[in-house]
Amino acid sequence: MDFSLSPEQKEMYDLAIKFAKNEMIPFAAEYDEEGTFCEKQIKKAWELGFVNTCIPEKFGGNGFTLLDAVTIGEALSYGCMGMYTSIMCNDLALTPIVVGGSDEQKEKFLRPFTESPKLASFCLTEPGNGSDAAGIKTTIKDGGDHWILNGQKMWITNGGYADLFTVYCTTDPELKHKGICALVVDAKSEGVSIGNKEDKMGQRTSDTRAIQFENVKVPKENMLGSPGDGWKIAMKTLDHSRPLVSSIALGGSQRALDLASQYAKERIQFNVPIAKHQAIQFMLAEMQMKIEAARLLIQKAAWQADQGIQNTIAASSAKAFAADTCMQITTDAVQIYGGYGYSKEYPVEKLMRDAKLIQIYEGTSQIQRLVISREVLK
Amino acid sequence: MNIFVCVKQVPDTETKVQPNGDGSFIETSSIKWIMNPYDEFAVEQALLVKAANAGSTVTVVRVGGVKDTEALRTAMAMGADEAILVEAEDNLDSYSIAKALKGAIEKSDKTPDLILAGKQGIDDDCLQVPQVLAEMMNLPSVAVIVGFEQNGETVTVKREIEGGALEVYEVKTPCVLATNKGINTPRYASLPGIMKAKRKPMQQLTLADVGVSADDRRVKYSDFQLPPEKPPGKKFDAMDEAEQQKVVSEVVGLLRTEAKVL
Repeated sequence: MDFSLSPEQKEMYDLAIKFAKNEMIPFAAEYDEEGTFCEKQIKKAWELGFVNTCIPEKFGGNGFTLLDAVTIGEALSYGCMGMYTSIMCNDLALTPIVVGGSDEQKEKFLRPFTESPKLASFCLTEPGNGSDAAGIKTTIKDGGDHWILNGQKMWITNGGYADLFTVYCTTDPELKHKGICALVVDAKSEGVSIGNKEDKMGQRTSDTRAIQFENVKVPKENMLGSPGDGWKIAMKTLDHSRPLVSSIALGGSQRALDLASQYAKERIQFNVPIAKHQAIQFMLAEMQMKIEAARLLIQKAAWQADQGIQNTIAASSAKAFAADTCMQITTDAVQIYGGYGYSKEYPVEKLMRDAKLIQIYEGTSQIQRLVISREVLK
Repeated sequence: MNIFVCVKQVPDTETKVQPNGDGSFIETSSIKWIMNPYDEFAVEQALLVKAANAGSTVTVVRVGGVKDTEALRTAMAMGADEAILVEAEDNLDSYSIAKALKGAIEKSDKTPDLILAGKQGIDDDCLQVPQVLAEMMNLPSVAVIVGFEQNGETVTVKREIEGGALEVYEVKTPCVLATNKGINTPRYASLPGIMKAKRKPMQQLTLADVGVSADDRRVKYSDFQLPPEKPPGKKFDAMDEAEQQKVVSEVVGLLRTEAKVL
């Protein structure tokens, strides 16, 4: 067993942390307050190769492993969880093409993302279907040489800026899992309408929208696999994306710990820095313990995916554990900062708001437990 | 053009430096190393010159420990073509380092047209190696440059002097130039750059290979100590005007006699 990152992975981490400190942290508070979309950061991140880590070398990508990607993800999320959600969104949206597309589709749909900083969105959730993903109501009908797409998608990350959507839809809602299809849809197609930017509690720099499809004509060759393959493709995508999403929680947790321990050394109460009080020491120790455990889980889930080993248990464990950990650590960081922590003048309340979303998106912490228990009870 | 860049690997600026057990150097076992920040300007300048002169190569040279090679790898990830690493202790003196750099440059299969280096290492702040190297190689040198313009066989460089004024020099190549902050904005290494750097050649040499022996050492560290802790400052609370007059003259007196800053 070897727990060390490769020299290249260490360099990737260092580069990403440098980027986080220089290009993300200085803008994070303002973007959060104003709800400004982090377009500049995404463009710069794309130039340095941080975006589209899932695209294989054969189609113009950098040939990263998932372990590389989560290493980068942790560092960038240290800068801002909201910005990284928008940076990694392409991976979520393009992975269905990587895992379910033909070589021709990969060449056609993935290559343009390596040539310019385009964005893509993953469209699974609907107004009435979140955790019950197989109950989707967005439908396609055969229109001869094309599909006709109708329905509404909800909470779509980067929805207002995307060039391409990967849309999950069904030939017949009665078929549940068996009827689901994965479709690549050009965002500029006639009949696509984009809702207003959602006014969210946290991760406010990240763009989140509702998308409406009304009799949208989609070329037949834009379907990934065959009708009914969509569920399998979505599940494979999630096995891949869960470690990556978990790395958002990890980066945010590490930032909260670093800020809290720094502050604890500076803040004087009862004539000593509060770091001298055991109550604070125990909180910091708890944070460190959980961060270390989350990092190992995430790395294992990513490593398993890279080895081609079924990683469902590790990936769902990583997601639930890292997200819940991040929520607790950021809450405790606010506690250590006390009144100052509750003020927007200091950076920790934003971390707490950003963290909450990670327990919800990409499968709630409850759904992850459902997935894990299903595997345990098999 | 054959461009050489001398880089140093220094402890990360956030490192809490501790003397080692016998005080001969700092404790290096758990240090995170980075490329000396002033050398980043030199690497960037080399890459800019390379881009303007088709067919150029950039070779980065470092003298120091071989356990970590961050500085050379970063330079190659930024775009340098190859690296030479001369194995040595990390606490050599400027003379030995300059001699080792000269040996390494002369041993390579390229004749230098331009040698760049950061003006100083941020660890020991000696500001010596580029000038010593130029002297040893019998090349012209300008240090602390903030401007660079190439006109064929000569370069026009600017250096900042007291009061913010600029000196302008015209230098014939080959020459040794030591870069300061302000000359350019170093690029980030990119992720594809990091992957490519893996496949770029890094030649490893010993001090003997480059003609340096223990006798070349002119300066040896005898003791490393942390600075004494600062005594706490004096505080004066809010007061009425009469009291204030008294206290102000007292403070001025102390600044004269005790702190000796007036």
